[in-house]
Order: sequence, then C-alpha cells, then structure tokens
Amino acid sequence: MKTVELSGVCKAFGKKQILHDVDLGIESGEIFGLLGPSGCGKTTTVKIIAGILSPEKGSVKVLGRSMPDLKIMGRMGYMAQAAALYPSLTAYENLSFFGKIYGLKGSELAERIDHAAGIVGLGDELKEAVSAYSGGMMQRLSLAIALLPDPDVLLLDEPTVGIDPVLRAEIWQELRKLADGGSTILITTHVMDEAVKCGRLAMMREGRVTAEGTPEELINRSGKNNIEEAFIYYGSGEHESQSDSGQNNQSAKA
Amino acid sequence: MRVRAIAGRIINQLRHDKRTMALVLAAPLIVLTLVYFVFQTNGQTFTVSVINAPKDMVSEMKSNDDYDITVRHDSKKDAVGAVRNGEAEAAVSADKDCSRVKIYLDGSNASDAKVIRAVIEQSAAAVVRDNAKDAVHDLKKTMAKNPAAPDIDIEMSEPDITAKYIYGSEDGSFLDSYGAPLIGAIIFFFVFLIAGINFLNERKGGTLERILSTPAKRSEIIAGYVLGFGALAVVQTIVLTLFVVYVLGMTMEGSIAAVLLINILTAVAALTLGMLLSTLASSEFQMMQFIPLVILPQIFLCGLFRLSGGWDIAGHFMPLYYTADALTAVMVKGLGYSDIALDAVVLAGCAVLFMALNAGFLKRQRAI
Ligand SMILES: Nc1ncnc2c1ncn2[C@@H]1O[C@H](COP(=O)(O)OP(=O)(O)OP(=O)(O)O)[C@@H](O)[C@H]1O
Ligand SMILES: [Mg+2]
Repeated sequence: MKTVELSGVCKAFGKKQILHDVDLGIESGEIFGLLGPSGCGKTTTVKIIAGILSPEKGSVKVLGRSMPDLKIMGRMGYMAQAAALYPSLTAYENLSFFGKIYGLKGSELAERIDHAAGIVGLGDELKEAVSAYSGGMMQRLSLAIALLPDPDVLLLDEPTVGIDPVLRAEIWQELRKLADGGSTILITTHVMDEAVKCGRLAMMREGRVTAEGTPEELINRSGKNNIEEAFIYYGSGEHESQSDSGQNNQSAKA
Repeated sequence: MRVRAIAGRIINQLRHDKRTMALVLAAPLIVLTLVYFVFQTNGQTFTVSVINAPKDMVSEMKSNDDYDITVRHDSKKDAVGAVRNGEAEAAVSADKDCSRVKIYLDGSNASDAKVIRAVIEQSAAAVVRDNAKDAVHDLKKTMAKNPAAPDIDIEMSEPDITAKYIYGSEDGSFLDSYGAPLIGAIIFFFVFLIAGINFLNERKGGTLERILSTPAKRSEIIAGYVLGFGALAVVQTIVLTLFVVYVLGMTMEGSIAAVLLINILTAVAALTLGMLLSTLASSEFQMMQFIPLVILPQIFLCGLFRLSGGWDIAGHFMPLYYTADALTAVMVKGLGYSDIALDAVVLAGCAVLFMALNAGFLKRQRAI
C-alpha cells in the first residue's frame, strides 16, 4: 500500500490554476524527492498532503485515509519552507509548545525534545530566544519541531537551506535512519546532490508532474549525463516540445 | 490539553515581551490618574464674583459643605472680566428675593462649571424657600387674626435661573462616572489590539499553518486564545480596579467578582473581534488602522458621554456599551448580578458570534 497517494489533484488560487491533475504515489519507507523550478507548485503540493490546503478536485490519501484527517495529522511532521516559529519565545519553549500540540507531555515530551534537538545539533542554544537565532539555526529548529511527533510521514519543504555541509550530512544520515525504520519522507529541494540521495524523484513543471522515477532512471530517460541536466531538461519544458513533436510526427504519419 | 498549551504559549509570549506588558499595565494607570486629576473637584476652592445678591444667598454659598467658596463683590463689568481671565470661576447677579438669578460661568473646565453652578442654584433655591416659608408664616398669622379673611392663593415661586457659559458648555463629569466605563474601554482596547496582532503574526509567520498541520482542532485554537487573553484581562482588571479604588479613591459599591465577570466577557468579545479583523489586515500597522474604526466609535457611543436620541440607539450596537452599562451598575450604583445579567448575555452573545465567525475563517484554511 502507498503511504501517500495523490490522484487527479487540481488546485487554483483565485483564477490562477496552480496544480493540474497531479498524481503521486509514495511507498512507505521511501525518501521521495519533489523537484522543479521555483513557482512550479511544490510547496502547494506539500501543503495539500499536509492537509492545510484543500484541492478543488482529486483525492489525497495518507496512510489510507483521506486528508485532512486529525488522527493521521498526529502521525505526520511538517516543516514549512519558511521557518514557522515564535521569535519572542526561546527555542525550548517553541519545541515544548508544538510538542504539547502534538499531544506529548511530561517525561515523554522532554525526551522527544532532547532527541529532536540532538538530531539538528541544538544544545545550549535552546535557552535563547529565537529572535537571536541565525537563519540556519531557525531552519534547524523548524526541522526539530517536525521531528517531534516521531512521525510516520515526514513532509520537508526545503529543509536544508542555510545549513552547513557537515550538519547537512548528519541530517541526511538521520533521515535515512528514519526511512529505514519505516517512516515515509517527502522532501522538496533545489540542491542536486541531495536529489540524488532520494530513492525516487518526481519532476514538476508549471503545476504538472512531468517525470517520476529513481535518479538514474530520470538521467537515462532524459539522455543526459547527470541529474542537474535532467532537472533542466524536465523543468524547462524541453521534453514537452520533444513529445509534442513526437505527437506531431505520429499525426503526420496517420 | 492543547487549549492549555496555546494559552500557556500566549502568556509566555506576553511574559517575554516586557515592554508590551509594561505598557498594558502602566499606561492605563497613567490615563486614569490623568482623568482623576483633570476632573478632580471635591474640596476645591472656588471664587464667585457677586455683582449683586441678597445677603442670605451669599451666606448660603459660603456655608456650602462640600466646597470652599470665596466671595468677592464686583461691578458687572469687573465680574465678567474676572471670570474671563480666571480670577473667578463664576459671577452671579440675583435680585432681592432671588426670583431672578443670572450666572456667568467659565465653562472651559466643564466639571468645575457644573459644580459651581449647582452651588449657586442651591443657594438661590434655599433663599427662595426660606422667604416662602416666612411669607406663609406671616399670612397664617394675619389670617388667624381675621377670621373673615377671604381665601388667598399661596404661590410658591421657583427661582428663574439663567446660566450663561462664557467658555465651553455644560457637559462634564467626574472619575466616579467616567472611571467604570473607562476601565472597560481600556481592557477592550488592549485585548483587541494585542490579540489581533498576535493572531495576525501567527497567520503571517506560518505558525498558524503549522498548528493546523497538527491534530489541533479549530475550537481548541480559539479556546486557547480565549484562555490566554482571558488571563491577561483578569490581571489587568485586578490591577486597574485596585488602583482606582485604593489609590484614586473611587467609590466601589458592588462586588469585584461581578466586575471581573464583566471584564472577562469584554476581553473575550474584544479578542475574538481582534482575531476576526486581523484576517483583514496584512501588517501590524493595518491592525492599528482599526482603532479609529472599531475602538474610538465605541468609546464615544458606549455611554461615557451623554448622547442624543439617534446616537444613543447606535450605542446599543456596540459591545462596549454593555460593558460600560454593567460596570457603572456594579461599581457606581452597587447593583448585583441580576441587574447586569442582560449586559452579560449580550457580551457573551457577541463573543460567541465572533468565535463562530473565526471558526468559519479557519475552516476556509483547513476543512476540519
Ligand atoms: N496563497 C497564495 N495565493 C495566491 N497564489 C499563490 C499562493 N501560494 C502560492 N501561490 C502561487 O502558486 C504558485 C506555486 O507556488 P509554490 O509555493 O507551490 O511554488 P514552489 O514550487 O514551492 O516554489 P519555490 O521553489 O520557489 O518554493 C506560484 O506561482 C505562487 O505565486
Ligand atoms: Mg516552495
């Protein structure tokens, strides 16, 4: 069974159609990457999966239930693209607040906070107000909050922006560990060396999924040498003009 | 549990924001102190310039229990001049039997003018009363002497008093009547603004979205806000009430519990309205722009000022009207719960309506 399943999802903001018939399937235990040029609808897709945007058409299922579903949301961690934090509170207060919102309490809450803060490398800084944090620190805190509920499904919208390479490697190690433990991870990124670490990738362009497969498959199918070129190929619409011309050829033959 | 987490977070945010807390707690005290001194009159000394008046009336004025009245005698021109340049608070001219009294007042301090006018009117009325008593007495004596005397109508005349305000007009009051509605207005203002801005930041900063991505229910979010800012209202009410009663010496007739009840209901109405309007604002400054639209009209129409018919009716559509009415009833008139029940019900109704609208707005974001 697929952990995350989107079929025929359409979303518009006002008159502007943002997503056109998006189909996605993510298996459990998979690290799935969502790639595409800026403004193609990655964040919108992630929010729809998280249950905080409702599509006009199509179905969204997570762990077999239609979203939004409060029970399922308790088993999901969501990290927004912009670090959503309370600047006047300390980092620890931020963690503790969201932990309580997820229903954690007492010693379990304290343990989860320790664990999540450890993964992103935050220690003594937890006592400081978030307003005194650097951009990267906020990003790490935001990731730690998404990890708090020990989620079965983890949605990460550009999680490693502003995080240094050493810490990034550690975070990826941790993500892999989570996936090996059966968690499903959806990650959007513009960093190509992260994209190749994903089990499978979906390429998006102008609100449509244009290709799906393992990094190798996408490189091979596009006939390019590496994932970066493949990204440009699928993201720029090059392949569409080719398939269009293919169709034209067919209709010419017919 | 989640409700408590949200309320606790709000209280934490307020605790960390020392400046806002200082403002919320100290600024109203300054405002109330100012109101107290500006409208302070009891035990004050007033000077009345007498153009001409019977001796009895002058001694009546001088013997006033509540105020020290100094009397000086001037010509009409000097008297009006004295009022004009502030040497005297009022000038008065009355004929022998006090049937006609003319008062010249400096109305620039409305409450002073009102007090001094009342003192002069009382004195004139006292003289008229005494004269009438004497007249009746004399008459009875005469009639007793002459049993064949015809029936005579005895007419008691009221003094005909005209007051002329040299500056300003008649209205004005004291802390005792301003204080109670002011406390309500202060709580409404601060809770509206702080809750509105807090919720606005929550939407803009993405934390609301983050909360909505968890199993938190919409009702829990709203209830958390009510609890958190309700706590703020309780603290503010206690500080303000203690201050006006023990420092400024305002009379507090009714129970503090009733005052707390009304102020909490006011705070809930204010914070839910603030949350609601914050969805129309895109910055903190735009939130401030609601002050002249939402707060000021309520302050003008809530009953702080005496209003003419149409405006009084308009006041009935403002939540603050019911707050002011109830607080005056409890603090000034010493009435009990049954007399403020209607006000409480209207305030609670407003709060419930605003909560439902808020839940509707949140529903637009997340379907459940
Ligand atoms: N709340 C909104 N109202 C109107 N339009 C929106 C809203 N949110 C997103 N959009 C539009 O939807 C489109 C897709 O936005 P989205 O945030 O999903 O892009 P993205 O793929 O995540 O881009 P990036 O890589 O830059 O984060 C954009 O054109 C954006 O202008
Ligand atoms: Mg995005």
